[in-house]
Amino acid sequence: MQCQMCDKTATVHLTEIINGAKIERHLCEQCAQQEGITIKSQVPINELLNNIMAVQEEAQELSDLKCPQCNISWAEFRKRGLLGCPNDYLAFSKALTPLIKRAHNGASSHLGRSPAQHKDTAGQQAKMLRLRQKLQRAVESEDYESAARIRDEINQISSN
Amino acid sequence: MKIDLTQICRNVGSWLTQSGPVSDIVISSRVRFARNIAGFHFYSQADSQQREEILQFAHDKLMATNLHGKLLYVNMCDTSDLERHLLTERHLISKELAEKDGSRAVAWTHDESLAVMINEEDHLRIQVMANGLQLDKTFERICEVDDLLAHQLEYAFSSQFGYLTGCPTEVGTGIRVSVLLPLPGLKMTQEIEKVFRAAKDMHLAVRGLYGEGSEPIGDFFQLSNQITLGKTEEEIIESLVVHAVEPIVEYEKRARRKLLQEKQNALDDKIFRAKGILSAARLISSEEALYMLSYVRLGIHLGRIQDIDLATVNRLFLLTQPAHLQNLYQETFDASHRDLARAEYIRKAICN
Repeated sequence: MQCQMCDKTATVHLTEIINGAKIERHLCEQCAQQEGITIKSQVPINELLNNIMAVQEEAQELSDLKCPQCNISWAEFRKRGLLGCPNDYLAFSKALTPLIKRAHNGASSHLGRSPAQHKDTAGQQAKMLRLRQKLQRAVESEDYESAARIRDEINQISSN
Repeated sequence: MKIDLTQICRNVGSWLTQSGPVSDIVISSRVRFARNIAGFHFYSQADSQQREEILQFAHDKLMATNLHGKLLYVNMCDTSDLERHLLTERHLISKELAEKDGSRAVAWTHDESLAVMINEEDHLRIQVMANGLQLDKTFERICEVDDLLAHQLEYAFSSQFGYLTGCPTEVGTGIRVSVLLPLPGLKMTQEIEKVFRAAKDMHLAVRGLYGEGSEPIGDFFQLSNQITLGKTEEEIIESLVVHAVEPIVEYEKRARRKLLQEKQNALDDKIFRAKGILSAARLISSEEALYMLSYVRLGIHLGRIQDIDLATVNRLFLLTQPAHLQNLYQETFDASHRDLARAEYIRKAICN
């Protein structure tokens, strides 16, 4: 096969999937170097194994990760593609950030609008979520006294 | 008060009847914000009781804004399949909202330029539409609505990630900016694939007439941003307009000019055959109707057709869609009966 850039014989064959489109390149060694494509000829076997092990360990650790607010696990999120509650952005932050970067062309922080009276209320928002859950449980168990108290607490937070 | 959807859907939304800037190529501009309410689970993780609570909460807060007198509100649980289908064809709700079950609703203004879906993928999906290319004005309007709501309720927001959404691909601004473009010129000159490849390289999505999950029908394409984080809303809009919409509009104009100069006979043949089919057909599918109407629309813009007005064509685009047609005839059709009714309706509209 001929190199796609000059007339020499192609010795470097590269298949890439970019945005779902398969791109095949066949180049000679010089052209490949010019294009910045370098091929590591040999990867030491234990380095390779260590990498795989590390990835697996991390994967195991990640999939056990659970959001304390909504109980969704990282593995469940990966399966469904949807997060369970706003707190997941905190709870899964380590695993989620690289994913967010990939989806947003490398960006991981917000630059746009913010709600008019926004104070940094991540903690408060999590508290609201907890209170609403407690309220629901109180109502389910017909504990109306607690429910009333929790409702007051919620109202107080949201009117602040 | 029960809103009579079947009556509303006998006509087109008023934003569609005015003509906006560049409307010979850009049909409509749309901006939507994905928002969630702090203190609740995201929709997908909320149980049915919480979904109902979110719906009620969002409804009350929306109606507490000064928009309330201007809004029509429909709970999806009170609608028939046909009514939901009508709302989808009018772009007031998404396919997803129409097809799923459970507590969900939509509120929109009489002119249909503003619509707020409750309990779609996120608690709130706010959208503003306008005719032609008017993204700046559309953005201004949606910010007003967003601010009105932010005064009534607390959005799930973090300084790091911005507006928090159920799907991390929407996080940050939660903005989706899209324009609906019919590109018959580029399609005829077979340059359309090139345009799509370029759009995809710019991280833009190319979709069909009904957005997410719809295939391009005829020569209608919806172009929208995919990246929502790390840029301001204004930057996202500007880059879509400057790097994609304006060049594509320019290419389309050039393609149309080229067709007029070099292949006028072939172009006229397409346009007048389309007109012929629409004024003579006895059975026509909605897909064929879309194609043919699009050629006729092109003929009007290029001054080749003068006895049909643009408003008629624009109305037909919407009213010949399956649910609208069924609604006009007030009976349940099977597909072949529908094709018969569609052909009849178009013939009458065009030959008058």
